[in-house]
Amino acid sequence: MSTNQSRRKFVQGLGVATAGGLLGMPGLVLGASKKVVVIGGGTAGATAARYVRMADPSIDVTIIEANKDYVTCYLSNEVLSGVRNIDSLTHGFTGLKKEGINVVHDNVTGIDANAKKVKTKSGKSYSYDRCIVAPGIDFKWDTIEGYDEATSKSIPHAWKAGAQTTTLRKQLASMKDGGTVIVAPPPNPFRCPPGPPERVSQIALYLKSEKPKSKIILLDPKPKFSKFGLFIQGWEKYYGFGTDNSMIDFVKEDGVVKVDAKGMTVTTQSGNTVKGDVINVIPAQKAGMVGAAAGLTDDKGWCPVDLGTFESTIHKNIHIIGDASVATGMPKSGYAANSQAKVCAAAVAAMLNGQEPGTPSYVNTCYSIIAKDWGISVAAVYRLAEDGSKITKVAGGLTPKDASEEYHRREVLNAYSWYNNIVADAFGG
Amino acid sequence: MKEFPRGAMLTGIAALVLSLSSVAEAADEKKALLTGASTEMIVNTCVACHGQKGISKGPSIPSLGGMSEAYIVEMMEGYASGEIPSTIMGRLAQGYNEEEIEQMGKYFAAQEYVFAKQESNAAQVAKGEKLHDKFCEKCHSESGTVADDDSGFLSGQWKPYLAAQIMDYRSKDRMATKKMMKKVKALNEKHGDAGFEALLEYYSSK
Repeated sequence: MSTNQSRRKFVQGLGVATAGGLLGMPGLVLGASKKVVVIGGGTAGATAARYVRMADPSIDVTIIEANKDYVTCYLSNEVLSGVRNIDSLTHGFTGLKKEGINVVHDNVTGIDANAKKVKTKSGKSYSYDRCIVAPGIDFKWDTIEGYDEATSKSIPHAWKAGAQTTTLRKQLASMKDGGTVIVAPPPNPFRCPPGPPERVSQIALYLKSEKPKSKIILLDPKPKFSKFGLFIQGWEKYYGFGTDNSMIDFVKEDGVVKVDAKGMTVTTQSGNTVKGDVINVIPAQKAGMVGAAAGLTDDKGWCPVDLGTFESTIHKNIHIIGDASVATGMPKSGYAANSQAKVCAAAVAAMLNGQEPGTPSYVNTCYSIIAKDWGISVAAVYRLAEDGSKITKVAGGLTPKDASEEYHRREVLNAYSWYNNIVADAFGG
Repeated sequence: MKEFPRGAMLTGIAALVLSLSSVAEAADEKKALLTGASTEMIVNTCVACHGQKGISKGPSIPSLGGMSEAYIVEMMEGYASGEIPSTIMGRLAQGYNEEEIEQMGKYFAAQEYVFAKQESNAAQVAKGEKLHDKFCEKCHSESGTVADDDSGFLSGQWKPYLAAQIMDYRSKDRMATKKMMKKVKALNEKHGDAGFEALLEYYSSK
């Protein structure tokens, strides 16, 4: 312990930056330009910014994020149940600044791939040698009749955490006992596959305790959802699923196609009209807006990439990570975003130093909390196929169907631990 | 808590996976895969859960930073085989080969162990210290802070993690050496639940 402390003091005395490695020298001194611009300060972007600097402290890193804070989507379902305060999910950028990353709060409007410049709303331009784009998701507003961005102010999706989450929480808190909550998830692919059933679980947790006569109707365009068997098992145990008193009604293969915000009804594909006291619509998704603006998207609206480096297959020197990317084999999750960011950062640092990127290694774990002491998970370790075609799962799996109560209790604590560690990993501190 | 042996677990999981995945996906798994990732790349897959440099923010995922290479390797092999019970680690450990596990071991062994900041019950700490000295200190020297003992860390490790290990040792879901099982049995007989609780308070008082 004392050796590290005295070394740190010695280096500080020399006036050399202590962020990252001790051997880093400012790029300007060496004359070689190594500039990385990261677009998006969410889980993927923030992790990438940190890890580029950690790999090579001589790389100049700028991150451009519109918001002053980032609120994680993961664990935000606990805000809906009242278990958690949204402050605990809110992270600033002081940590990144302390590590010598330039943090810019602005909106990116486009990327000039030839000139290698990122353009922003305020009229500024940021040059890069490599650009890492992590714009998250945006919604296909034209897929549900009567539901657009304006409507989402009163009929929240809460699929980007923050004000949307608190709005939905307020609506649930104001709802009378005996009310109906509608949750309408999107078709595949979308951010966070187990998110909708976890949302249903957390809302049920709240209602069971505070408004037990209420009901939740899940109107899903899909026949099943992620960790299906485990969710059903949890709902049977805690929320009467499968009985006449079930708090949850799961309607499969019948998604919402129309919303009447004034009348507070939704209409499903089969023509069924359902009235709700609280309506949560999560529309179909695509890559965050910057993806399309920068010409990085395919005809499905997501960004195709080299799976080992995350470099765009459309524009050179631009990498896309996280939900926006087509990371074949991995789910769109916060943990996957963090994992991809590290693989990408290592590749970018190597490429900026004229080296071949090394063999990647990826991991994902998705925790879902069904009730206070009942957590479930799906985990996987991946390797890249030699032909680059897929991020291939080599091990992993789900919580066993016959896991004990103690096992499920530990999963909840591990979910909270994972949270604390991953946000420090992404945002520093 | 019962943890099923690896074979049964794999059968259960395989059945679930096969029922959900397509034939095409199963065929993809036969493709050649890249190996030879750097140590940095490998441990980057650990730290999102176990913390920067293996020092966890808790509350229950354990810190690894500073543990001996031998202990890390023993734990990972135990998770992979199912001999050591876990929730997530059994599933993840199977994804790494021998070389990668050694890389992890070398990395964490080179890190500094940092004690978790935790609350402890002052009344029980003194009792816990006495019990540790009598039943545990021999193999967990200096209150369980010496990596070269190859017996993990006790003092400064996350309490819910240690509590889970104690529970698993007491129920024999996790097997320890004969020596340790004797000590656990003796402590249990003489002091019961209260004895183990006091130990935990002592370890989280540092």
